[in-house]
Amino acid sequence: MLRLEKRPQPSKNWSYGAPLLAVVLTIILGMGLFAILGKDPVIAIKTIFWDPVFGQFAHFYRPEVVKKAAPLVLIAVGLSFGFRAGIWNIGAEGQYIIGAICGAGVALAVYPYDTRWVLFPLMIVAGALGGFLWAMIPALLRVFFKTNEILVSLMLVYVAEVLIKAFSIGLLRNPEGYGMPGSRNLRQYPAAANLDLISGTGFHWGALTAVFAVVVAYVMFTRHQFGFNVRLAGQSPRAAGFAGVNANKLIIVCLGLSGAMAGLAGLFEVAGPSGQILGSFPSYYGFTAIIVAFLGRLNPIGILLAGLLMALTYIGGQAAEAQLNLPSAAILTFQGMLLFCLLAVDVLTNYRFKIGKAEVR
Amino acid sequence: MDINPILLLAALMVASTPILLAAIGELVVERSGVLNLGVEGMMIVGAVCGYIAGHSSGNPYLGFVGAAAAGAALSLIFAVLTQFLLTNQVATGLGLTMFGLGLSSLIGQGAKGSPDLTVSKLHIPLLADIPVVGPILFQHDVMVYLSVAIVAGVWAFLKYSRAGLILRAVGENHDAAHALGYNVRAVRVLAIMFGGACAGLAGAYISLVRVPQWIDGITAGAGWIALAIVVFASWKPWRLIAGAYLFGGVTVLQLNLQAEGLKIPVEYLSMAPYLATIVVLVMIRAGRAPASLGKSFHPST
Repeated sequence: MLRLEKRPQPSKNWSYGAPLLAVVLTIILGMGLFAILGKDPVIAIKTIFWDPVFGQFAHFYRPEVVKKAAPLVLIAVGLSFGFRAGIWNIGAEGQYIIGAICGAGVALAVYPYDTRWVLFPLMIVAGALGGFLWAMIPALLRVFFKTNEILVSLMLVYVAEVLIKAFSIGLLRNPEGYGMPGSRNLRQYPAAANLDLISGTGFHWGALTAVFAVVVAYVMFTRHQFGFNVRLAGQSPRAAGFAGVNANKLIIVCLGLSGAMAGLAGLFEVAGPSGQILGSFPSYYGFTAIIVAFLGRLNPIGILLAGLLMALTYIGGQAAEAQLNLPSAAILTFQGMLLFCLLAVDVLTNYRFKIGKAEVR
Repeated sequence: MDINPILLLAALMVASTPILLAAIGELVVERSGVLNLGVEGMMIVGAVCGYIAGHSSGNPYLGFVGAAAAGAALSLIFAVLTQFLLTNQVATGLGLTMFGLGLSSLIGQGAKGSPDLTVSKLHIPLLADIPVVGPILFQHDVMVYLSVAIVAGVWAFLKYSRAGLILRAVGENHDAAHALGYNVRAVRVLAIMFGGACAGLAGAYISLVRVPQWIDGITAGAGWIALAIVVFASWKPWRLIAGAYLFGGVTVLQLNLQAEGLKIPVEYLSMAPYLATIVVLVMIRAGRAPASLGKSFHPST
C-alpha cells in the first residue's frame, strides 16, 4: 500500500524540483493529447517549445514571447501577494480590461495632444488607477459586508467584458473608423504608443515594468515587513492577528495592489501589442496569470520564469495551429493540465510516499 | 410594453433550471467540506457531451445521462487531486474550469446536431389546464421537475438520513469524523462526483433545451452564478430555489426588455445578472459555512 507521510519540514530540493517535474509530466500528458488529436506528438511538442526559441524563424517568435510574457508576469506578481495571504482575486481579467479602458480613454480624450512626456505617464496612472478602483469593489465589499471576494471579483470580469464591448461601439469608437467597432489605434498615435524600447525585441514599457515588479516583489517578500505580514497572514491568520497585522488593511492593500498591476498590464497591452479598445481585447491574461502565479510557486523569480514558459506555450501554440492545424482549444486544455500537474507534484514538497501499511498509533 | 407575465414566468423556470441543477450539486459538495470552483468547467463539458450523446443517439434523455457521466468523470480529476494529493482546492477548481473550457471546445469541434431533436414538454393532466398557474408551472419538460425533485431529495437526505448526517459531520469537522471512524475521503469523493453529475446535467440542459445548440463557451458564467447562489442560500437546499429563480428572473426579464427595445442599451442590460449576483451577495448575510469548507484533510494529523 502506498501512503503519504507528512515531512517534518518541507523539502528544499522538491520545492525546486517539483515545478520541473510538473513540466515534464505535462509534456508527456500533452503528447498523449496531441496523439489523440491525430498529430505527431514529438513534432507538436517541438513546434510549441523548441522552434519559437531556437528554430529557423525564432527571430520572429522571440519578441512575441516577450510581449506575451510581460502582462502575464506583471499580473501574476500582483496576484502572488494576495494568494500568499489567502485573499483570492480571481477577477484580474476584469481589472486588466478596466485598466485598458481608463488608460486608453485618457489618450483618446485628448487626441491629438502630442506631448509624450505628459500624456504617457498620465495614461499609466489612469490605467493603474482604473484597475485599482475595480479591485476596490470586491475589497471594500469583503471588508464591510464580508462578501466573498472570489465571486464578486469574478462577476466583475463579466461586467468588464460587457463594458469594453459597449465602449468599443460607443463612447470610444474611432470617429474616422467608418462605423467599424473599435477605437483609434494607439500604435499610430506617437504620444500614446507603447512601442518596443529596443526595436525588434518586443521589450516594451510593460516588459520593463514587469521586470521592475519582480525585483520589488522579491525585496518585499524577503526583506520587508509587509512581505512578512502577507506570508504570516496566509500561514496563520490568528498568529498574524496577535502580531498586530490588520486583516482588513491587508485585504485592501493586496487586492488594490493586484488590481493596479493588472490595470497597468491592460494599459500597456492596449497602447502596445493590441493597440485598440475592441470587443475582442480580453484575452484571458488575467486567468492565465493565475496559473503563472502558481507555476512560479508564488515566488517573484519563479513567476518570471513561469510567465516566459506560459508565453511560450501561447506562441508555440499559435505556430502549431498554423503549421499543424492544431486547434487553439488544445492549448487551453494543455495549460489546464499544466496547472493540475503542478498542483499534484507539490505534494512531494510537504509529504513523502511510503510503501507499507500505516502502523496503528 | 407588452411583456406577457405568464410567458415570462414560464420562461423564468426554464432559465433557472441549469443554475438550480448546478447549485444543488455544489451545495452537497460544500456541505461535505469541499469547495469546488470547477462548476463552470464541469458544466460546459456536460453541455458538449450531452449535446453529442443526445444528437448521435437521437434520444435527449440519453444525452442527459451522458452529460451526468461526463461531469462526474471530470470531477474525479478534482477529487483525486484534492483528496489524495492534497492540492489547494481554490487553485484546483480554477484549473478544472480552464481545463473544461478547453476540453469542451476540443470535443465539440464539428459536433453536428439535428434540428428535430427536442425534449418534449409534459402536459400534466388537470393541473396544466388551470388558467395562469397551469402554463407557468405545469407545462414544462421533465428536467424542470427533476431539478426540483433533486432539491427535495437532497434536503431529505441531509436532514433525515444517517448518510446525510455523516456527510454533514465530515463537512463540519473532518478530524472528529475521522476519529469516529468515518472514511472522510470516500464521503468527499462521492459528494464531489454527485456535484459533477449535477453540473453535467445543468450543462446539457443548456445545450439541449435552453439554447438548444452547441457553441463554444455556451455556459457563459452560469456555473459561477450557481456558486454564488449556494452562498446566497446559506447552504440550505430549499433556499436555492428562491435564489435560482431570482436569477433566472433577472436573466429572462433582461432578455425581454432587450426584445422590447427599451431605451437602455443592450450591453448594459446584459450586465444585469452579474450585478444582481453581487447585490444579493452583499445584501444577504451568508449563513455559517460548513466549518471545514476548503480545508485539506490528511489522516496523519
